[in-house]
Amino acid sequence: MSRTIVMTSGKGGVGKTTITANLGTALARLGRSVVVVDADFGLRNMDLLLGLENRVVYTALEVIAGECRLEQALVKDKRTPNLSLLPAAQTRNKTAVSPDQMRQLIDKLSSSHDYVLIDCPAGIEQGFRNAIAGANEAIIITTPELSAVRDADRVVGLLEAAQIQPTQLIVNRLRPDMVAASQMMSVEDVVEVLAIPLVGIVPEDREVIVSTNKGEPLVLSANPPLAAQALQRIARRLEGETVEFPNVASLGESFWEKAKRFLNQKVI
Amino acid sequence: MISDELNGNFDPLVTKPMLLDFLDQLFSRHSGSSRDQAKQRLKLILAHDRTDLTPAALESMRLEILGVVSRYVELDSEGLQFNLATEKGTTALIANLPIRRVKPLEASLSSESEGA
Repeated sequence: MSRTIVMTSGKGGVGKTTITANLGTALARLGRSVVVVDADFGLRNMDLLLGLENRVVYTALEVIAGECRLEQALVKDKRTPNLSLLPAAQTRNKTAVSPDQMRQLIDKLSSSHDYVLIDCPAGIEQGFRNAIAGANEAIIITTPELSAVRDADRVVGLLEAAQIQPTQLIVNRLRPDMVAASQMMSVEDVVEVLAIPLVGIVPEDREVIVSTNKGEPLVLSANPPLAAQALQRIARRLEGETVEFPNVASLGESFWEKAKRFLNQKVI
Repeated sequence: MISDELNGNFDPLVTKPMLLDFLDQLFSRHSGSSRDQAKQRLKLILAHDRTDLTPAALESMRLEILGVVSRYVELDSEGLQFNLATEKGTTALIANLPIRRVKPLEASLSSESEGA
């Protein structure tokens, strides 16, 4: 039975696209066939994060318009054999498709893949309604900040109304040092307020920017940094495995890692 | 002055705030921390967001409740609190209405009949 999961947050800039790209890659590396759908029509970015921007020929829009077959629009990731991307159109906007058309598209994809991950655009307007139309479960991404959690709470309500179940939570960009100093809300604080089950905690990690520069998902690195390890754990949890949540303090950079980074900067 | 700093002779007036900042960080676990402030503010905002009550509706409800309660007791208007709060996914209306004194029974009943 295939799973169609919408990755959503309400607020922009909390890391939806980065998490979706990495989670898709991690699931594919566990042997599942995965398709990542960029539902952000007009502002597509998933192709960049996966480093596939030069291989996009057709987009979801041409598939919906019947101008090409679904298989022609899917971009297969050569580094990760089980992973493909359905790009969004960049030239049109979010009103170019309807929720019904998206539902049909997602249904078709789910018949040939184990996982369909839908990267939802920010906001709760038509783009959001399109993205959730074909989903039967949701992952909400938030950061431990007031505005992000407030928007996430709004989205929880909208998903409930749309009867999308289950809805799980990823807390992204956590800074363990700031939580320890009581300068940032903890994961427990966020979970208590939003009252939905937690599926992952991803620490703030400088490597995310480096990997985006290269177009190479973090989870592919030979020596996965802390954020990538967190994403791999989320993939295993989605697969039904019970994976303990590590102590939050251990998600921060250790003294040695800080020293190493310092030395690297000096040498280069 | 600059050479003093280079020699390690820090001006005590300059270093003192740094020390205080450090101590503040060290002992900032109590309720004044920005983490707790964030959580408190968040709970209040979400309670309002979730109920979808307009500020005007909330105010009119507040006045009506106060009207009813005031028929029976005299309230201390200084300490009145009237808030929506959210705990574990449920929203509650929490009112704190300090009573200055209980009105005599006849008075409260007669004002009730006047109202009816």
